Amino acid sequence: MLDKAIKGSQIYWGWIIFLLALIGVGFGFYLYQWFEGLRITGMSRDVSWGFYIGQLTYFVGVAASGVMVVLPCYLHDYKAFGRITILGEFLAVPAIIICLLFVFVDLGNFPRFINMMIHPNLTSILFWDAIVLNVYLFLNILIGWNVLSAERKGIHYQKWIKILIYISIPWAFSIHTVTAFLYAGIPGRHYWLTAILAARFLSSAFCSGPALLILLCLIVRKVTKFDPGKEQIRTLGGIVAYAMIINVFFFLLELFTAFYSQIPGHMHSIVYLFVGLEGHGKLVPLMWIATAFAFIALVILIVPGFRRKEGILTVACISVIISTWIDKGFGLIVGGFIPNSFEKVFEYWPTVPEVFISVGIWATGLFILTVLYKIVTAVKEEVAA
Amino acid sequence: MYDGWKIIPGLIIFLILLLFPLWNQAFHPGKAGITPNPELTETAKNAEKCIEPKPFMKTQHMKMLDEWRNEVVRDAERYYKSSEGKEYYKSLQITCLECHSNKSKFCDQCHNYMGVDPFCWDCHIEPKENE
Amino acid sequence: MGIDRREFLKIAGLSAMMGLGGKAAFDLLVPGEVEASLKDTPLTQAKRWGMVVDMDKMNDEIMDRCVEACHRIHNVPDWGDPKVEIKWIWKETYEHTFAGQGHDYQGEEFKERNFLILCNHCDNPACCRVCPTKATWKREKDGVVMMDPHRCIGCRFCMAACPFGARSFNWGDPRKAPEELNTQFPTNRDYPTRTKGVVEKCNLCAERIAKGQFPACVETANEILKDSLVFGDLEDPGSNVRKLLRSRYAIRRKPELGTGPNIYYVV
Repeated sequence: MLDKAIKGSQIYWGWIIFLLALIGVGFGFYLYQWFEGLRITGMSRDVSWGFYIGQLTYFVGVAASGVMVVLPCYLHDYKAFGRITILGEFLAVPAIIICLLFVFVDLGNFPRFINMMIHPNLTSILFWDAIVLNVYLFLNILIGWNVLSAERKGIHYQKWIKILIYISIPWAFSIHTVTAFLYAGIPGRHYWLTAILAARFLSSAFCSGPALLILLCLIVRKVTKFDPGKEQIRTLGGIVAYAMIINVFFFLLELFTAFYSQIPGHMHSIVYLFVGLEGHGKLVPLMWIATAFAFIALVILIVPGFRRKEGILTVACISVIISTWIDKGFGLIVGGFIPNSFEKVFEYWPTVPEVFISVGIWATGLFILTVLYKIVTAVKEEVAA
Repeated sequence: MYDGWKIIPGLIIFLILLLFPLWNQAFHPGKAGITPNPELTETAKNAEKCIEPKPFMKTQHMKMLDEWRNEVVRDAERYYKSSEGKEYYKSLQITCLECHSNKSKFCDQCHNYMGVDPFCWDCHIEPKENE
Repeated sequence: MGIDRREFLKIAGLSAMMGLGGKAAFDLLVPGEVEASLKDTPLTQAKRWGMVVDMDKMNDEIMDRCVEACHRIHNVPDWGDPKVEIKWIWKETYEHTFAGQGHDYQGEEFKERNFLILCNHCDNPACCRVCPTKATWKREKDGVVMMDPHRCIGCRFCMAACPFGARSFNWGDPRKAPEELNTQFPTNRDYPTRTKGVVEKCNLCAERIAKGQFPACVETANEILKDSLVFGDLEDPGSNVRKLLRSRYAIRRKPELGTGPNIYYVV
């Protein structure tokens, strides 16, 4: 089926070349990081994780959200989603690859990552995260590819694929739970040390992922002859609405515990993020932008009349993505390190090379996504014809 | 043969690329002819033997150092008992380089010849030579 | 305490073997032989090493000298930039060392009072729990929280997990640290440097206690003022550290987190 990816319009090829160029630029900056070390990033002794790990966290969510189309389809027999489960699965694949690439660029000594396999430490969540992510990647490639091949040949996929599909549903929840456990079990980092973190991760994943999927469906409809369907997009809009409400609700729970208890450690990071601490507030504007977009998204999503209009729904989806991206891909990681273990404020901001390396990785993900979606839509067009 | 005009030049280009090491060597003769010649320092000559017999050291020193680093750092076993029953402090910098203080004329000779670039020296300090 | 154990052992070891002393004798020995003769000295063994900083005796001068000695012996580069700096042992004010424990009416002299900070070599270290490769681990036999720079992949999970900020990362190659600040680097040619991309921290001078020497900071502090920094076996009820902890009021950093720090501060 790969041959479908090499037959495309000029726009398709232009887009591919554009992405390859971005990947090249990102790789160039990575070489610079390779020779100079991570000092070319904005990370420091005090904020020792930054943009890279934030992106890892965010994209695990995107990957996990594929389950939001698979689960209704296979557990609730919601047939309409059968048409787009492949889009969910093939969104998860590049998302996981993005995650793995962000882990790699974040490692101080990337060639040694193999030590994780030869000398695993079973009490390390990072080890388990690597396991669950890789298995999830494997599951999605296997399921997506086989289901699509069967569809192309006009036959039903084999039985064992169905077993894998059922495994992949709880597995999606597990990848984001394990990712939350990276943070939620660390003593002394109050912003992360909360039992609700995994639940927050899942809720933000289940709004941001489907929001992205809606945008992708709309693009697919526009640039190909395959229409993911009006009903499908509407149902996804409903999922985004519920998940976003729960996501914001969970965050408000955090605010309550921190500020009603008045325990300084629990309040400090949140104060730093939203109003600044000891005169430092680099993230304050960002966090209020996130808040504003969350508000816009909620208004649109809650009012059915707005949510059901695809044009307005698009605005809501973009708002959800911006809001959750800032909250989870940036504020959560950086905020966890501020103030540091000495209750001092040492701020973080990504550097230009750091951002370009990240752009390179996003472009790699988009490249894979484009190729996979090209194959899917070409097969769907072929079957329909 | 269909498309013979494509296949034959393709094969020729493939062969040229495949034989790169041979013709590259033909243009740069002599390099491979230089055999490595590790030199011993006076201290090493006077000691007469290394911690194990020469053939063993020649082929196994990398394995030994790899074991040492794990045993010293991870198991806190810092003393090596040689096959002759003598005890040595397991340390590249303190024990090995004490005699072999001429890295460029000893270690590098074979390492360069073999094209290996051990990353020991990223951390372990090379001896100051010609002192 | 107070005796310069290292010199003592060196001389004793050499005399025993050669009946000689001094540099001439040293040169006649097979490399590593002096070191080999030093094993099995009593100081090399303990069930759980610990340290007590006696803040009545400790002062800024001693602390500065301890920091200098440690960083010199372990080839810790000076980056001159808090963003990428590497610290094994350093000074921190009361306010920040015991964050959240001060009060508004404390005199400035207490708030600003410096404490000596290093890895706590915790009983239940979070850093070791999170390390994906066992590059850092709790040494069973004597409780040192070890670090294997050969194994470390540089994920920095341990830095996130350590509630004491005891860990530093090599954001760049230590050999590329600003030359004007590191004129003598590497300062100890018998000890390795690190490579870029690995985490490092205080190793409680594992390489020194193996040879019957005190940790560099302990040795330095006691040369200046005896018993300002006391080192010993916390499992041994008769040890000097235990005696001190029985008789004096001592605190630890963040005991509520359950990591079980083994560095005590007599206040």
